Amino acid sequence: MFSLLCTGVCNLLIANLLLVEFLHMGTHDLHPHVVDHRQELKHILLFGFCYEDVVYSLPLFSHSSILYPVLVHTQQLPYRKGLTNSARKIDMAIENEQPAVGLSKVAVSETHGEDSPYFAGWKAYDENPYDESSNQSGVIQMGLAENQVSFDLLEKYLEEHSEASSWGIGAPGFRENALFQDYHGLKSFRQAMANFMEQIRGGRAKFDPDRIVLTAGATAANELLTFILADPGDALLVPTPYYPGLDRDLRWRTGVKIVPIHCDSSNNFQVTPEALEAAYECAESMNLKVRGVLITNPSNPLGATIQRSVLEEILDFVTRKNIHLVSDEIYSGSTFSSSEFISIAEILEAHDYKNSERVHIVYSLSKDLGLPGFRVGTIYSYNDKVVTTARRMSSFTLISSQTQHLLACMLSNKEFTENYIKTNRESLRKRYEMIIKGLKNAGIECLKGNAGLFCWMNLSPLLEESTREGELALWKVILNEVRLNISPGSSCHCSEPGWFRVCFANMSEQTLEVALERIHKLMEQRKSKET
Amino acid sequence: MTLTRSIQHRNPKPEVQSRKPSGATAMRLIVPLQGVVQGRGGLIFGSLIPCALFYFLQLYLKRHRSPNSQSSPSSPSTSSSNLAEMTRTSSRSNLLSRGSIGPVRISSRASSIAKPNDSPYYVGLDKASEDPYDRIGNPDGVIQLGLSENRLCFDLIEKWMLENLRDSIMGREGGDLSISGIATYQPFDGTMELKLAMAGFMSRVMGGAVSFEPLQMVLTAGATPAIETLCFCLADHGNAFLVPTPYYPGFDRDVKWRTGVELIPVHCRSTDNFMLTISALDQAFNQTRKRGTKIRGILLSNPANPVGNLLSREMLYDLLDFAREKNIHIISDEIFAGSMYGKEEFVSMAEVLDSEDSDKSRVHIVYGLSKDLSLPGFRVGMIYSFNENVLAAARKLTRFSSISAPTQRLLVSMLSDTRFIEEYIETNKKRIQNMHDLFVAGLQELGINCADSSAGLYCWADMSKLTPTYSEKGELELWDMLLNVAKINVTPGSACHCIEPGWFRCCFTALAPEDIPVVMGRIREVAEICTQSS
Repeated sequence: MFSLLCTGVCNLLIANLLLVEFLHMGTHDLHPHVVDHRQELKHILLFGFCYEDVVYSLPLFSHSSILYPVLVHTQQLPYRKGLTNSARKIDMAIENEQPAVGLSKVAVSETHGEDSPYFAGWKAYDENPYDESSNQSGVIQMGLAENQVSFDLLEKYLEEHSEASSWGIGAPGFRENALFQDYHGLKSFRQAMANFMEQIRGGRAKFDPDRIVLTAGATAANELLTFILADPGDALLVPTPYYPGLDRDLRWRTGVKIVPIHCDSSNNFQVTPEALEAAYECAESMNLKVRGVLITNPSNPLGATIQRSVLEEILDFVTRKNIHLVSDEIYSGSTFSSSEFISIAEILEAHDYKNSERVHIVYSLSKDLGLPGFRVGTIYSYNDKVVTTARRMSSFTLISSQTQHLLACMLSNKEFTENYIKTNRESLRKRYEMIIKGLKNAGIECLKGNAGLFCWMNLSPLLEESTREGELALWKVILNEVRLNISPGSSCHCSEPGWFRVCFANMSEQTLEVALERIHKLMEQRKSKET
Repeated sequence: MTLTRSIQHRNPKPEVQSRKPSGATAMRLIVPLQGVVQGRGGLIFGSLIPCALFYFLQLYLKRHRSPNSQSSPSSPSTSSSNLAEMTRTSSRSNLLSRGSIGPVRISSRASSIAKPNDSPYYVGLDKASEDPYDRIGNPDGVIQLGLSENRLCFDLIEKWMLENLRDSIMGREGGDLSISGIATYQPFDGTMELKLAMAGFMSRVMGGAVSFEPLQMVLTAGATPAIETLCFCLADHGNAFLVPTPYYPGFDRDVKWRTGVELIPVHCRSTDNFMLTISALDQAFNQTRKRGTKIRGILLSNPANPVGNLLSREMLYDLLDFAREKNIHIISDEIFAGSMYGKEEFVSMAEVLDSEDSDKSRVHIVYGLSKDLSLPGFRVGMIYSFNENVLAAARKLTRFSSISAPTQRLLVSMLSDTRFIEEYIETNKKRIQNMHDLFVAGLQELGINCADSSAGLYCWADMSKLTPTYSEKGELELWDMLLNVAKINVTPGSACHCIEPGWFRCCFTALAPEDIPVVMGRIREVAEICTQSS
């Protein structure tokens, strides 16, 4: 009861603050008399109460001993959307200029994050892309986590199996397919996905095709889960450093907030129970309701898997707090050795699926199969309610039946998938070793990785000042002078400056050699400057 | 002396109000506390005391709340026949072992979706998909007239696919168009090739009267996300759109679900053949405005789903004037533009804008290939907007619903095959016309009249003579009989928010001409039962 009272008072204070803001916003829905005398209003008395997550407040404006009660529904006030000041200005500008018709806060917000260095680097690349023969001085794209090392296998498969890209010899297959718009997805495809996911985990976890919800890419899967697990204003805890796109995917349309779980290099950026607890407390102190933890395993941008003991601790934590756990495992098949990756599904199986209803896995074919253009993602949830809801919501993000059919054929071919997974792992390991060796020769250390399409490079000795600004200054040099687009750690919310994510699977070996040479040169220059 | 004015009241609809029981009324009771305000310490004490009182009240409410009322508002359910459905779905789900603490909560917006679909629209669809009619295989099954599907021209598409399919995905002779051209990340809002092809197709479908600019297009995985994305761009939580009724039942889901945007029905009547009037719009606008809800736009389907009538050129001009006057947006869903069969001419919103150099930035068109090319499985939808800011935002939002690259490539070659497209459009129109005439004539023989229509895959039939009572209840009783006795799934008008009871939407393009006598026979059966009992 005490806590209830406390939150009540907090809400009231927030509402009071909002009210002052509200008055300055020039809202046309206020009583005209109130608007006219806005500046003179002295006494503001507020009655408020909270019901079903919505703060209702009743401010009374007093002006020349007349009271103007106004019912304010705070859900419509800006704090709900977490608007920045600049965004609010834009919104006001739109409200005030008569002819221009207004847009929503989603449309004018900056949460898409495309102005961050992570995306700014892409623009530099787009303007001047490196090409082995035609543009040797261009920018090399090392900021894009794309897997092109196994295209030959995919191409060979499609060449040999024309039944996948056509609809077989009989026509009726097509008829069903073109009309197929059931949000459950093709049964054969869900079965194939479940098998593929099992195969990647070395058969150590089982997946039920009826729990697979298909979405157009993992981006949509993450957003959809956030819609289901949290309400606007609630929070998800995410260990840093994390994939910059999460700021957009989890927050933009859902109105949910991210509270970072700070990890650092002292223990190789692994999540600790203390860090989890600290993040939880931090969220509570901001009066945010924590609805879950989201991990990426293997981690993007670290390129390393999460240890079993850490997973146990995280699962224990979410159970204790009675919150959800989302495990984004889109790089699970890009682990260099099958035994090094432990899925949350295996942990659940070991616990006999106790507490599994709070666990949700996100998977996609964009990274492991190198098919981001096919836009295939999936949610695997152990919670029936989440499965049902996600399936209905997937109407907004369905996969074309033609693509489902093609992939169902491809993934049902055991011979192909086995060979693919094995060869892909080997090729990635080879690439990884190549880049680590090259960087080491240049005198650069990386975090020890075992998965993914990137490595986590430590350039902190090169920083002129050990701050975010110092890191971005170095990043600009690397982008504009060395002409490599890599992602600065600060865009991943890394708490230590000087770390960079470097992708190595979206180019040919020759291009990688060129990139390593360029880094080598940079290091030589720096050394000669120092001496 | 004391003026009471409530602003920004949300959802004045009865079902929502009942959810917050004594809250709103209790609050008004304590309004005249002037003495406290005038004093200096008023701000602090005046806040704390009533606040404490309300939290006790809230605590009381929380304790005395029945356990199931926690999961947010009940949707306007009317059908009783699906109670069995509900228990069955939930009993299916005991696969997992429960944790020791209570089950983990999901968000309130999700829990309203998690409940079984109890709108007759979805119940009927489920029932029909469980026991589908087949002329030879299952002649006693449920005939599906509730899903908007066009199966009339499959032979044409099938033939094209057989001839061209492999080449079009993989590229001819493995040239430049190898797998890497479709495997890697593509623009989320669709490839330029497909946009160009779509522009050509659309202007062909609309009779060549308009040309479409590929740069103003944003492609999405179906028209459903196109509409949702637009709503996310145009309206905030709690804002509203005006929608002429009867409207497509899916709008309730597409628009309201995740965006929190409201739909305000603008009622059209059979006496006007369900044509929209500006006065009705104006009335709905003012009423909503009075309640404190901000209206952001009008959502139209033209050709209208479910009625199948068209908006005239004059009406489009009037609508533009109205939108300009009120400074709101117009979303024009033109997904049936190519499924025309009448003599009337279809006028696209884009065409009207072409001729008028007015402020175009408030107009947004939705299109897709699900109906006109009958490829719903391929999930191709489009936003065509004249507003740069909307386009920029929508382009970024398409990362949540983009079309797979192999499908895009396939469609590029299909839409670029002009000979095929010409043949397809012509044949499709003829066949829809034929089915429409047969179906409407069949209904007329039974004494059932349809609204005048000239486009779409449906007819909008007036069965009010057959309903046991002239009310929504009577309509649903007839619907239930049609579904369970006659085994025909049609969409009741109430699911489309039609204000007059007794109207039904029947999709006739999923049938073969041979099936029509079967459908009519089954309706006759029900009609006889109804007339006997009355």
